[in-house]
Amino acid sequence: MSELIVDAVLPAVRKRSAFVAFNIRLIREKPLGAVGGAVFLLFMFCGIFANFLAPFEMNYTDLTQRLQPPSWAFPFGTDHLGRDVLSRVLIGAQISMIVSFLAAGLATVISIVVGVISGYFGGKPDMVIQRGVDAWMTFPDLVLLIVVVSIVGPGIPQIVVVLGLLYGIAGSRIVRGAVVSVKENMYIHASLSIGAPTFHVMRKHVLPNIMPVVIVLFTTRIGAVILAEAGLSFLGLGVPPPAPTWGSMLSGTGRTYMYLGPWLALAPGLCITAVVYAVNIYGDALRDLLDPRMRGSQ
Amino acid sequence: MRAYIGRRLLALIPTLFFASLIVFISMRLIPGDVIDLMLAQNDIVTGQDRAKIEAALGLDQPVYIQYFRWIGDAVTGDLGDSLWQNVPVTDQLMASLPITFELGLLALIVALSVAVPIGVYSAMRQDTAGDYVARSFSLIMLAIPSFWLGTLVMVFPSVWWRWAPELEYTPFFEDPITNLKHMIVPAILLGLSMSAVTMRMTRTMMLEVMRQDYIRTARAKGVGEKLLVVRHALRNGLIPVVTLIGLQAPLLIGGAVILEQIFVVPGMGLLLLEAVFQRDYPVISGVFLVVGVGVLVINLLVDLSYGWLDPKVRHE
Repeated sequence: MSELIVDAVLPAVRKRSAFVAFNIRLIREKPLGAVGGAVFLLFMFCGIFANFLAPFEMNYTDLTQRLQPPSWAFPFGTDHLGRDVLSRVLIGAQISMIVSFLAAGLATVISIVVGVISGYFGGKPDMVIQRGVDAWMTFPDLVLLIVVVSIVGPGIPQIVVVLGLLYGIAGSRIVRGAVVSVKENMYIHASLSIGAPTFHVMRKHVLPNIMPVVIVLFTTRIGAVILAEAGLSFLGLGVPPPAPTWGSMLSGTGRTYMYLGPWLALAPGLCITAVVYAVNIYGDALRDLLDPRMRGSQ
Repeated sequence: MRAYIGRRLLALIPTLFFASLIVFISMRLIPGDVIDLMLAQNDIVTGQDRAKIEAALGLDQPVYIQYFRWIGDAVTGDLGDSLWQNVPVTDQLMASLPITFELGLLALIVALSVAVPIGVYSAMRQDTAGDYVARSFSLIMLAIPSFWLGTLVMVFPSVWWRWAPELEYTPFFEDPITNLKHMIVPAILLGLSMSAVTMRMTRTMMLEVMRQDYIRTARAKGVGEKLLVVRHALRNGLIPVVTLIGLQAPLLIGGAVILEQIFVVPGMGLLLLEAVFQRDYPVISGVFLVVGVGVLVINLLVDLSYGWLDPKVRHE
């Protein structure tokens, strides 16, 4: 009986200790990357508990406190309607995190499906898919996003799907490259020669071996998605008001008041830069540790 | 070289076809109620007008005929009329394309004159404090959104020194100085955001080239360090950087959209945004198509110059 429990628990314990060991290696070998990871976790924490951390309700207006400079009561100041900027930035973090995790997750799934099909089968399907990817990547991210949003309209679900599609198709090229190199390994041929079905080979042999690439891809996509969402919201095409996103806090009517309250221009931009910088250096460190082949690429 | 050009041109066809298909499909995805919206905004209710608009959007034909008609018209330069302004889309594009082109060119000059010297310096002084500062700068530039930099440039100088960037567009050929005064700020911002990747690439390439045998030979025969970098290393190191310019073309145009909006530069980006807010679909698809084709043409030119710079590529 006890042996049974050990059998059931052991793999999980092993997995956990591998995870801990990896993080120790990350801190030792890539301290800067570890700091980036920690900063990102901090933003994630702020996002998850934004509703508890925010001192005020995000749309709580107090016209007697309009355009107050940063102080103890309002660490990031207040805006033209007397709303607390810190509270709004925290809720902004929540929106950014929700959109980035969902969109980067969707993008990764799309990248895996398209990349594995294209790389594994090769030949004509690969050629057709790759020319399609070429064409897709021809269009600048932002132009593509603007055009699609002009058709489907702004809103969180639309933004997630559009960003997921955009980065998913672009990222499929990287997954494809990894699949093509994994495919040539002897264990794939061995598995096929004993009659394993294609799907089984993909799931059991190809997928686990491209996981490092996938993890790095997901991480770097988070930064890209945060930037893209902020850009769209800045243009008024992202998450619609009254939700306070970092991008929209820098645009719209608030813009005209920045000349009276320059602090309004600081907090959201600093947040975007800090979180994207953190996730980028964390992604770089992960790539160096997990997949030395990708070192030096973007 | 001629065979190389031929191969490149042939390779362009499928991509061009798919790209046009993407633009076409995006147009077909326009929800039907947009026509209702247009009718409502124009206070037109008769069925005849509805049919007219449908015909203008080409919605009354089978899909494949619509595609071939549209592509045929596009090739001959007819992209339809703007729904609100009653001018051909081609005219609007012709007016705004050179402006974005100028912005991009200026940005490219800024990017290269920042990125190449810093990249070379960084590579020459690998793993020194200067190298770390340069690399951190490039990573930070990758993380800063251009619209935030633009906002800061608009707000802080005007709060501190009562200075604001020029926001009125003057055509270059009318008054080059005033024109450049307006364009230079967005061009610098766009160039800086572009320089990040270019700098990283220059650094990597220089590091690679400096380890090659011919550099060692040049050193051995006593070539000075400065001459070695300028005449021997840079020439080979910069070839891949040329490709990067092609890869960054979409980034350049994408970044231009936001900066054109902030600094009121009447280029393609502003045209696109205004069209999006007015739901002017012929203009949207026109910009979409021209941007796509433009990027492909830039990439083709880069490929060709690559073949010209590096004979190895030509004979692949």
